[in-house]
Amino acid sequence: MSQEIKQSKIAFVIGASSVGTLIEWYDFYIFGMLATIISKQFFPADAGTAALLSTLAIFAAGFIVRPFGALVFGRLGDLIGRKHTFLLTLVIMGGSTFAIGLVPGYASIGWAAPILVLILRLLQGLALGGEYGGAATYVAEHAPAGQRGFWTSWIQTTATLGLFLALGIIILIRSNQGVEKFSAEWGGWRYPFWISIVLVGVSVLIRMKMSESPMFTKLKSEGKTSANPLKESFGQKKNFKMVLLALFGAVMGQGVVWYTGQFYAQSFIENVCKIDFIQSRNIMLVAILMATPCFVLFGWLSDKVGRKWIMLFGMLAAVLTYRPIYQQFLTISSTQNRMDKIDLTKTVASAVKAKTDSKDATKIYITQSFDTAYTDGAVFKYTKTDTLKLGATYNALIPIDSLNPSLIVSKSAKPNVVIEKTLGSGDSWSMIWLVFIQIVYVTMVYGPIAAFLVELFPTKIRYTSMSLPYHIGNGVFGGLVPFLGTLIVEFSKTAQNPKGDSLAGLWYPIGVAAVCFIIGLIYLSNKIDKEVMD
Amino acid sequence: MNTIKKLAGYIWMLMSPILILFLVFEANQKISTATEAAKSNVILQWVIILLIFTPICVGFFIFGKYAIAGEYNHLPESSEEL
Repeated sequence: MSQEIKQSKIAFVIGASSVGTLIEWYDFYIFGMLATIISKQFFPADAGTAALLSTLAIFAAGFIVRPFGALVFGRLGDLIGRKHTFLLTLVIMGGSTFAIGLVPGYASIGWAAPILVLILRLLQGLALGGEYGGAATYVAEHAPAGQRGFWTSWIQTTATLGLFLALGIIILIRSNQGVEKFSAEWGGWRYPFWISIVLVGVSVLIRMKMSESPMFTKLKSEGKTSANPLKESFGQKKNFKMVLLALFGAVMGQGVVWYTGQFYAQSFIENVCKIDFIQSRNIMLVAILMATPCFVLFGWLSDKVGRKWIMLFGMLAAVLTYRPIYQQFLTISSTQNRMDKIDLTKTVASAVKAKTDSKDATKIYITQSFDTAYTDGAVFKYTKTDTLKLGATYNALIPIDSLNPSLIVSKSAKPNVVIEKTLGSGDSWSMIWLVFIQIVYVTMVYGPIAAFLVELFPTKIRYTSMSLPYHIGNGVFGGLVPFLGTLIVEFSKTAQNPKGDSLAGLWYPIGVAAVCFIIGLIYLSNKIDKEVMD
Repeated sequence: MNTIKKLAGYIWMLMSPILILFLVFEANQKISTATEAAKSNVILQWVIILLIFTPICVGFFIFGKYAIAGEYNHLPESSEEL
């Protein structure tokens, strides 16, 4: 009977902790998922790649402040308790996410827009920095001996499920609204931010019903809590050396594997392979859904065989296979490889359309699209837009073909080209499997890591000590994958190769994961601390 | 194994300043070759990178130092040892 009560109690603990953590991840990720639209809304229209890079920098800023959140809230959690601290982080996260959805675009308030978004993004990062360590510690401190890997793995699923929820809601809204309405200044892209306030409200109500961690309560009643968790965690060599080992031997590798498999993959499929917005997200959604149970599988397995080898195997597999996987993405989406599959009966070129600029009636945009259909069901859409400056106002009643060439004062040197590829079912599934493999790596490195970190540190400073390496490794090393990956590709562009090496961005996660694998191999222990009742 | 741990410690200690120097060199090169329009963006990117990775490299140096000192020869195996 007592076993049943224990099981139902821990199920509630897991459920209540997980829902809140899932929502925090959701809040955090919608920004990254909407980076392309946000870069257009909060930066000048002509900024191009610079705007996307700046948006990714703001996105990365949220990750960079996570360690500071870990310090602030970790300390609080070790001083006043786990429950109240991660309740506070949830409210901060929900409030700042909701507020991002209310910031007017660059067109309305100029540079104040990106500055406001940056401030709110920093608040999000601080809140997340405090949340995860608290939830993982809280669950681990409730888990029965010998099952810590299994129970904490449920918390580990929340990051991926948060991403899943973010993707799902974005796809749903965009499918209902269409591209134009969704991407407008006050369009549907803001809804995911507003929805957050409802989700957070529900989660706060659930968390209010939770009680404090039994281990922390015991320590507090005995007067053994730490008076200065920061000093004890980082000022004492015996703890600080474990913080460094956790960071360099496990978490930095885990961070880059996580963000490459789930973020860089999506960015690569959408921006490099040019797969259509909806299809690229569907590929991610299906792969995530299929791979998520592996978090629990590897968490459970880590209770049996130890955490070390599962995590290291995931890192090694990532190091060895990332380049072949991403090369395969390029091959699948390449135009050259499918010349013999062109379906001429369905391949069409649209009529040339002219649109006058809303502010300048002498400026017109000439657009033509070419839809190449393939026998495997794929359609590659190529849209070219030329900008013309006329000597007089354009009369929309005159067909563009009949436009007098002498009226044209100037023409854009480079047309704006948009490529959108929709793959056939077979290739789409190939992409799903390639993403799935990467997410299985994620589940190997991430499933057991909460239990691994909890077991490295004593209860009185656990929240602080485990939060910092986690958020440096996951937030900084991992969070910078999209930004640094894009930057490295930019650096690889030369006069001889203006497109650059699209696989160059992978050297960053591969390098970090390789170093982490070697350190983990040499220094980590595979022993499981079954009690952690210190 | 303890000998390998210690010897690897020298590599980690060496890697830290090398990484910082590499980043400073790259930053200098990229900023000096950036176009006027892109300069402020490039400077911002490299300031972010240097601000983040310099303290991490210092931590890596300390990690190497601890490894050489034999701090990781025996890791805690139970709560009592923490």
